[in-house]
Amino acid sequence: MSLSRTEEQSANATAPFAYQELAAEQQAAREKARAVQRRWTTAQIAIQIISLLVVLSAWEYLGRHINPVLFTYPTAVGSAAVKMIASGELWKYLSQSLIVLFAGLGLATIFGIALGLIMARFWVVDVALDTYITALYSIPSVALVPVLVLWFGFEITAKIAVVFLFTFFPIVINTHQGVKNVDARLTEVGRAFRCSERQLWIHIVLPAAVPYIVTGLRLAIGRGLIGMVLADLYTAITGIGYLISRYASIYRTDAMFVPIATLGLLGITLTGLLRFVEKRVAPWMHQPDQE
Amino acid sequence: MANGSKIVVDHASKLFLEGSVVAFRNIDLQISNREVLCVVGPSGCGKTTLLRCIGGLLPPSSGQVLIDGQKVDSAPRGVAIVFQHFGLLPWKSVVDNVAFGLKIAGASRDLIAERLDHYIRLVGLTGFENHYPYQLSGGMQQRVGLARALAIDPEILLMDEPFASVDAQTRELLQEELLQLHERERKTMIFITHSIDEAIILGDRVAVMGSRPGRVKEILSVNFPRPRDPAAVRAESRYTELRNHIWEELRPSVVMQ
Repeated sequence: MSLSRTEEQSANATAPFAYQELAAEQQAAREKARAVQRRWTTAQIAIQIISLLVVLSAWEYLGRHINPVLFTYPTAVGSAAVKMIASGELWKYLSQSLIVLFAGLGLATIFGIALGLIMARFWVVDVALDTYITALYSIPSVALVPVLVLWFGFEITAKIAVVFLFTFFPIVINTHQGVKNVDARLTEVGRAFRCSERQLWIHIVLPAAVPYIVTGLRLAIGRGLIGMVLADLYTAITGIGYLISRYASIYRTDAMFVPIATLGLLGITLTGLLRFVEKRVAPWMHQPDQE
Repeated sequence: MANGSKIVVDHASKLFLEGSVVAFRNIDLQISNREVLCVVGPSGCGKTTLLRCIGGLLPPSSGQVLIDGQKVDSAPRGVAIVFQHFGLLPWKSVVDNVAFGLKIAGASRDLIAERLDHYIRLVGLTGFENHYPYQLSGGMQQRVGLARALAIDPEILLMDEPFASVDAQTRELLQEELLQLHERERKTMIFITHSIDEAIILGDRVAVMGSRPGRVKEILSVNFPRPRDPAAVRAESRYTELRNHIWEELRPSVVMQ
């Protein structure tokens, strides 16, 4: 293939059919669609707020009629939360747990994606490891926590190992699936344009696997939170698990609900963060006609 | 076998599923340099499979494909394919999709910029450089596919029903543009289609395929002078003759489905 083109040929090139006008119209349409989208978002937020108010009011009303040892109500939880935040107590224990969560999740992400890619690339590894991965993923991870305690003790290493155990497999499996499910038509396009194997992976396989990897991470976040609390409760009792069990043991139900609600907020925040990053790195995943 | 041919398909057959499905059998074709051969046939006659064999994406079960006398066993240099499904990479913008082949070939930044400028203008995508494929209509997506193929300045252009997935009006427009393009930059072209009209309008010759097993039934010379105006070609009596003739050839295979 000759990679040269004469000046004359370039000058000859005039668009037989220009789309500039259409581009302006598309821009207008896109802005309109964005306005509609904004209205939708506003409506959704309004509904969520109303729903929250109704549920909290009902809870408040019912909660006040139940023995405070057994149940509590929002304003009590709220005032307990204010106290625990002001005294720094919540953050002190939450930060202990967060370190464990991020360390475990981070390691699982690195090794999980790596192993998933290796299994997808080398069929020998795939065949050799597939059974173990499936088996370990099928066993409820909690059943393996005592084993980890045996190996890693009760301290932070064991906790990180627990979170790792909970989060590693969904990441491996989804990464592997992502590579396996790359549209064969696109890899064929790569071959037609004479991609080397490396180019095929960089330009086609990896970008195509991103949505699957993100799904794996989303699953891992949910499981990671479970792993984090379990690690707090089943090894040396620290962090957010400590807060829950301590306030439970002294029948302070209102204070006990503060770390529980924090966990919920944490899950929402992390998932939202992931969605934000996803929109940034993979805008094509949010095709308007597919949503 | 004609020695001066740019592309030679020599007794090629392709069988699938351990031979239980025959895509096509014993096909012989010679395409000379800068010739446009249109291949028309009913669905299931193996015409797309044939094109993939010529493009080196699929090895024939027996026989061989030669390009410039060289046996094809992987995608050859200087050949570009335009796919029916467009085959655009969803994570790349229009410019990056058009630049794809050049980038893979290791072309310089300057050359890529020059080619992008030329071909994006040529296919009328100016103003859409930073759009993603999902933001474009089918017709515009195929313009990107066409620009991507042309950007590597291939000697051979393999077109696999490129206009089958766009609406009828866009299709006619793209056909006209392809004719203009061919005047400007003559390529050797194999154009797969199931539209008889399209085959006659675009081709120097038309190969008519039959199915079960896929085979070339007949090769017709079209011989309309270039540059061509589709409307004028359609008004010729020879056009109607060819059209009726090809339809009669195809009818038995179509009726069988």
